[in-house]
Amino acid sequence: MTAEGHQEHPLSIYLWIWLLLFVLSTLSYLVDYIGFEGYLRWSLILIFMFAKAGFIIAIFMHMAWERIALIYAILGPPVLLLFLIGLMAVEGDHTLLTRINFFGETNFVAQEHVTEEGH
Amino acid sequence: MGSNSSESGATVALSEGLQGFTRDWSADKQTFQVPWGKAMMWIFLLSDTFIFACFLTSYMNVRMSTRVPWPNPSEVFALSFGGEPIPLILIAIMTFILITSSGTMALAVNYGYRQDRAKTAALMFITAAFGATFVGMQAFEWMKLIAEEGVRPWGNPMGAAQFGSSFFMITGFHGAHVSIGVIYLSVVALKVLKGDYEASGNYEIVEITGLYWHFVDLVWVFIFAFFYLW
Repeated sequence: MTAEGHQEHPLSIYLWIWLLLFVLSTLSYLVDYIGFEGYLRWSLILIFMFAKAGFIIAIFMHMAWERIALIYAILGPPVLLLFLIGLMAVEGDHTLLTRINFFGETNFVAQEHVTEEGH
Repeated sequence: MGSNSSESGATVALSEGLQGFTRDWSADKQTFQVPWGKAMMWIFLLSDTFIFACFLTSYMNVRMSTRVPWPNPSEVFALSFGGEPIPLILIAIMTFILITSSGTMALAVNYGYRQDRAKTAALMFITAAFGATFVGMQAFEWMKLIAEEGVRPWGNPMGAAQFGSSFFMITGFHGAHVSIGVIYLSVVALKVLKGDYEASGNYEIVEITGLYWHFVDLVWVFIFAFFYLW
C-alpha cells in the first residue's frame, strides 16, 4: 500500500470536529425551536448544513488530505446536480402556476391534528 | 515512507496543486494514489450521492408545485414528554445519535492505524450500536406517523398528499443505508477482533467502512436541513 493512502492524524483534531458538529447541530435545531421565518431561517439552515457537511467530508472522511486528482473526481460531478435542481425548480413553479390557473387556489381544509395533546 | 509521513505527504499533495493533478491523470498509471478499495468506495458514494440528490430534488419539485399547504414538520414531528409538545425533538435526538456514531467511527479509524485491535473493534461495535438505536427510533417515528397521525404515501390529514410519499421514500432509503451500515460495521469489527488484519498490519478496511458510515451521516445532514427544518 502506498503511504499516500495512509491517513493517520492526531486524535485531538477528531475530538474538536466532533464537538463542533454537536454545536452546529444544536444551532440548526435552535433555528426551528426559536422559530425564525423566511430568508433568515433558510439562510441559517443552509449555512449550518454546509458547515456540517464540509467538516464531515474534509476531516472525518479525510478529503482535506487527499490528492487533488481524487478531490476533483469526487466533488466535481455533484456540481452537475445544480442544473437538475435549477431545472426542477423552474418546472415546479410552472406546474404550480398551471394548477392554480386551472383549479384555482386551494380548497384544502386541514382536519383536526391528532396528537396526544389534541394540539 | 514512515508511518508519520502523512502530514508531510499531505503538504506535498496540496503544494503540487494543479501540476500534481495533471500528472496524476496523465501519467499512464493508476490515477488515484490510494488503495483500490478506497477509490471504489468513493466512487460508490458518488453514485449514491446522485440517488439521494434525485430523491431530494423530486421532493423539492412536489413541494413547490402543490397548491395544498405543506404539513409543518415542526408540529408533525413534535413529541410530548408529559407536558407541552417539544417541536422536532425526536429528530434532534436522532441527529445527535448519528453525529455521536460518526465521532466514534472516526476514532475507530484512528485506532485502526495504530493497530490497536481491541479499541478499534470496540469503537466499531459502539458505532454500530448507535446506528441500530437510530434505526429503532426511526421505526418508532414511522409507527407514530402511520398509526397516530394517519400519514400515508397517498395522503394525510395535515396537508399536501406528497408529504407522505416524500417522507417514506427519503427516510426509508436512508434508514436502509443505516441498517446496511450496521451490518457492514459489525462484520468488519468481528474480523478486526479476530485478528484477520494482524498479519498484514493493514487496517485500511476500517477507513473504507468509515467512509461509508460518515456518508450516511452526511446524507442525514441534508435530509435534516431540507425535509425537517425547511
